[in-house]
Amino acid sequence: MVQKLDYLKETPSQTAGPYVHIGLAPGAAGFDIYERELGWDIAGPNAKGERIRIEGLVIDGTGSPVKDVMLEAWQANADGIYPHPEQAGETEEGFKGWGRVITNFDTGEWGFDTIKPGQAMGRNGQLMAPHISLWIVARGINVGLNTRLYFDDEAEANATDPVLNVIELENRRATLIAKREMRDDVPVYRFDITLQGDNETVFFDI
Amino acid sequence: MSKPAEFYQRDREWHPPASSQDYKTSVARSPQNALISLEQTVSEITGPRFGHGDVTEMDRDLIHNYAKPGESAIGERIIVHGRVLDENARPVPNTLVEIWQANAGGRYRHKKDAYLAPIDPNFGGCGRTITDENGYYYFRTVKPGAYPWRNWVNNWRPAHIHVSVFGTAFAQRLITQLYFEGDPLIAKCPIVNTIPDQAARGQLIAALDMNASVPLDSIAYKFDIVLRGRRSTLFENRMEGN
Repeated sequence: MVQKLDYLKETPSQTAGPYVHIGLAPGAAGFDIYERELGWDIAGPNAKGERIRIEGLVIDGTGSPVKDVMLEAWQANADGIYPHPEQAGETEEGFKGWGRVITNFDTGEWGFDTIKPGQAMGRNGQLMAPHISLWIVARGINVGLNTRLYFDDEAEANATDPVLNVIELENRRATLIAKREMRDDVPVYRFDITLQGDNETVFFDI
Repeated sequence: MSKPAEFYQRDREWHPPASSQDYKTSVARSPQNALISLEQTVSEITGPRFGHGDVTEMDRDLIHNYAKPGESAIGERIIVHGRVLDENARPVPNTLVEIWQANAGGRYRHKKDAYLAPIDPNFGGCGRTITDENGYYYFRTVKPGAYPWRNWVNNWRPAHIHVSVFGTAFAQRLITQLYFEGDPLIAKCPIVNTIPDQAARGQLIAALDMNASVPLDSIAYKFDIVLRGRRSTLFENRMEGN
């Protein structure tokens, strides 16, 4: 016999189910209940930096769009600072860095407006390329999936990004790079997420 | 910069695997490649913060938060309460807890739910609150009904409440489901049974808590939630962890 460690076990995850919107985005579920829903304005009106839009689809192993998915985004501001008490540095008034993203239930298309994040300091003093962390939940996803979105116009920073570089199969790194195009003078980045199969997106155990 | 204080690695054998044959929807929605293990960076050990300004008192009372004035939701009146802790058994204060559920007849207020049980005009089905300085939270609601779902032809979900919790870091983000002590449908549920370990499944079953019940008003269930714990390490000259 040995002494017993007294750590608790993390509560196990369960799928968010098809009706995740009732709890986390009731407006999308078709009813109005809270004075204020959370997560609809990631950057706020005062944020510095380039205003951008991100759009995409989540695609399942049969090639079909996942229409009932919900994503959460977490990002630094244009200076690479997160709005968190353990970060040195300030973020702009109203900058949340966090948002909830709901699909169009008919098409599965999702999108959100934000500012392009700056480079945050990674481990061992190595700068990370600009990126947005994403967390994906839906019916059929037993544990929320973590991934990162990088930007295709940051090729130089991406090449030395310490996280992209831990992905051993270099061809899989491309699954994390969003593609920029201009639409009505606004930069729109396309980021399709493939849950399974050919071109499967890289997901992280963070 | 000093070394960041990471969270303990997630025990992937305690959580369900991505794909479980008996929960059919998971089959095409599960990655087949291994997850890439990441040493946590500032992007993972920080996360959004919420405050009392983000929610109202009424948000945690599902019996009344969608009811017409003077009316209330139909069903067995319950209190769900407990603490949000981390794996070091320390309380997680000031964190957002959100819940959603079907009504007492097993019907969700969602435009995609077509089950034949009726909508309760006085029940919305969602609530949220912020834990206090001891990590404590509570909700008032009605006990949700069991309902059938398309998996096998005759599958029924046990009564359950969906629970979403944040903690202090994006790495702690968690969604799970709360089940009720004594429900015979729990053992038959393919979603519950995605979790391989019996003790882990038991961690999702709220205990009947007569001591917290309000006589002649509401019966109580206790449900503690455990988020990932954190190593003790220096981070930007501040002590963090246990």
